[in-house]
Parts: sequence; C-alpha cells; structure tokens
Amino acid sequence: MKLKLRIWRQASTNAQGRMVEYELDGVSEDMSFLEMLDLLNEELTLRNEEPVAFDHDCREGICGMCSLVINGVAHGPQQTTTCQLHMRSFSDGATIDIEPWQAGPFPVIKDLVVDRTALDKIIQAGGYISSNTGSAPDAHATPAPKREADIAFDNATCIGCGACVAACPNSSSMLFTAAKITHLAMLPQGQPERYRRVKSMVAAQDELGFGNCTNIGECAAVCPKGIPLESISQLNRDMMKAMFRGDGK
Amino acid sequence: MVKKFTMAVTGLIMIGFLLMHMYGNLKAFNGAEAFDHYAHWLKGATEDGGILYPIMPAGTFIWVFRLFLVAAVVLHFWAAASLWRKSSQAAGRGYQRTVRKAQTYSARTMRWGGVIVLAFLIFHLLQFTIIPGTFHADPSSPYSMVVASFSQVWMVALYAVSMILVCMHIRHGFWSAFATLGLNMSARSRGILNGLAYFVAVVLYVGFMIMPLAVLFGWIG
Repeated sequence: MKLKLRIWRQASTNAQGRMVEYELDGVSEDMSFLEMLDLLNEELTLRNEEPVAFDHDCREGICGMCSLVINGVAHGPQQTTTCQLHMRSFSDGATIDIEPWQAGPFPVIKDLVVDRTALDKIIQAGGYISSNTGSAPDAHATPAPKREADIAFDNATCIGCGACVAACPNSSSMLFTAAKITHLAMLPQGQPERYRRVKSMVAAQDELGFGNCTNIGECAAVCPKGIPLESISQLNRDMMKAMFRGDGK
Repeated sequence: MVKKFTMAVTGLIMIGFLLMHMYGNLKAFNGAEAFDHYAHWLKGATEDGGILYPIMPAGTFIWVFRLFLVAAVVLHFWAAASLWRKSSQAAGRGYQRTVRKAQTYSARTMRWGGVIVLAFLIFHLLQFTIIPGTFHADPSSPYSMVVASFSQVWMVALYAVSMILVCMHIRHGFWSAFATLGLNMSARSRGILNGLAYFVAVVLYVGFMIMPLAVLFGWIG
C-alpha cells in the first residue's frame, strides 16, 4: 500500500504546530496503525529527519497508552484502540490525517503525544476503597450479585485512554469518570466511600478544566472498550443522592 | 453538576408548560367564546373568580405562575450560559478534521438554537401579552388577536419555522434532561427516552401549528 499521511508536528508544548505531509510506500495491510508509524519513523531516521513522537506501550489494546485522532475520529475508523487498528481498514493511495487528542486539560507534549495526567488526578481524587491486597480473597467471602458484578466489570474495562474526552464537543471527561464511579458503585467493596467518592471526583474534573456533558454520545461511540452512555446516568444518580446524604460530605 | 440539574429541571418545567399551553390553544376550535373565557379564567377575570379562586384572590394566580415561569427561563439561561463558558474554556485548538459519529443536528444546535428560541419567546410575549391588540385586534379578546395575527401568511410562516427550532431544542433537551437526572440506565430506557422525546416534540409541533394553519385557511375565525 502507498499512503499519503498528514501528521500534526509540534516541537514542544508551547511551540506552534502544523500538519506535515509524508508519502509512505511499502505498507502492508496486515500492519497495525502503530507499525505503519514505526515504518515511517524508520524512513525519517534514515533521512536524518526527526521521527514522529507518538504514545504506545502494550500494543494489545489493554494499556490505554495509544491515542491519535485518525481522519477526524478518536482511535480511527474501527471502534478499537489505535494499536488494534490495522491498515486493511484503509484503501491503497488513501490520505490519512493524524492528530493528537485535543482538549484544554490535555496539553501536547510533542507531536502526537499529549499529557493525560489530568485523568490520573481524577482517579486520585477518588481516594481509597476498603479492600485487602496481597493474597487472593476467599471466594464468596463478600457476595456480589451477578448483574451488578457484570456492570462493574464492563466499566472496569476502561483503560483511561482519553478518547471520550478527545471526541467530546465539550471536552468533558464524564464517560471516564462515570466508568470509574460505576465500577466501584456496583460492588460491595465500593460502598463505604461511595458518595464521598463521586463528589470529589466530579469536583476534581471541574477543577482540572474539563467541560460539561450535554449527553450527545460521541464519547461512547469512540470508546474502544464500549463503556455505555448509561454509566453517565449512574454517576448523575449517585451525585444527586450525594447532595442529600450525610456521607456525601 | 448543580447547574446541570437546574438545566434539566427547569427545562422539564417549561416542556410541561408548553404541553398545557398547546392544549389550551386548541380551545380555539371550540369558538371565540370558549377560547376567550378560558383565557380570562386563567387571568382570574371571569365572574367565578377564575383559576384557583378562592384559594388565591382573583387575578393572583396568573402573576404567581408568570413569576414561576420567568424564574425557570432565567435559571435555565443562566445555567446554560455558565456551562457553555466552561466548556468553551475546556476546548483544545480544534481538529483539522472532525467526524461526529453520534451527534444529532438538534444536539449540535442546542446553544445558539436556544438563544434563537429565547428571541422567539420574547417576540411571542411582545406580540400577545406585552403589546396586545396588534393588527387592529381587540386587546380584550385573545381570540381576535390570534385570528388577526395568523391571518397573515408571513406570521404563520415565522411561527412554523420558529416552532421547528423550539421542537428540535425539546427533542434533545427532553432526552438530555432525563439522562442528567439519572434515568438513562439501560439500552432499553435509552430507547424509551429517545422515543418519548421524539413523541413530545412531534405532538408539540403538530398541536401548536394546527390552530394557526386553521386560521390561515379560514377553517376558524
């Protein structure tokens, strides 16, 4: 495959960025999107040009490191992580636009790499849950209903990649925070701090400068883990209860 | 989040009011006397003292109700403006290319569309409440004001377009309000809420437009 790539290049956080065009030949349709970028970087290195910086780690869709807005969609045309996107999703001779996540709380570090520390800060604001670590807990020592356990697990699959924020017209982190809230709110271990947690996590995302949810649904449409929009209603529910509860202070 | 809950609750209050307003308008099909009597009854200007008399003195309820609705509009607008400002501050520099996968036209036009809807609301209040008797109508007879206004083709056209904007705003607003209030808890409830949102928007559009069209085509008046 031969491709024309238009890639956002930005030397540092405060530098002016711009789209730069590259021609890339010899791309196999079995390559992942990141392997295609590796190929480009090899060529750039051989030509003594600065390689394109992009985030990646596990390359098997579970770490949440890879990002990229590809042709205007977070993680590209398939609803999966960028590392699990393959070049067969594109046609030969295609032009592909590649940009970093865009949101006020996600400053660009370099090229396609953005700083997603803000998401970690939301998690930190959630505090602790009361659960033993170390050896595996006794099975059935803490009963968890099947339906709630399933919902908790679905939400626990959130890898914190930030695609929801990148796709949101309001730059809101609601789906991310809602996944964390719903995950713990469904389980017995999450109950003691449940209402304090939702208050402080929502306060944290507001302070960090994320926007407000208007229930459009772009977030859920790009989430590689399929976190449903319903989780946001679960967060809203807990938030309303927290306002009227003593333990929500 | 308090602002979002305020948006949702005040929005639903206004939708409730619109449903009642639409139902009241249909009294025009019962003739001038029935329509004017209903309007005067709401204002406490009928012989029996009107709505809620004698719980409240005649003519008091209308002012309490107006105050309540104005408060809803002001709170809705205040919450929207401050959430809008926060979201614009949160925006990045914008993408070179953006493809929206879920956003509907109604959802995209909630903010500026809402401002236009507010302008239409002010126009509508000026026309029928604040400066009664436009188009040489009898200011003491709401029925004659309605007939005089909607005998004009351009006026009916203006309302037909404005009501599309109002109903689009309601279509996304209805769904969004219930999602904000925590009722979107499964794919099924999402389907029900979205279906209801379309239903309410269509009922309001048809219910509100049928009377002006009947006046324009001379079926009533």
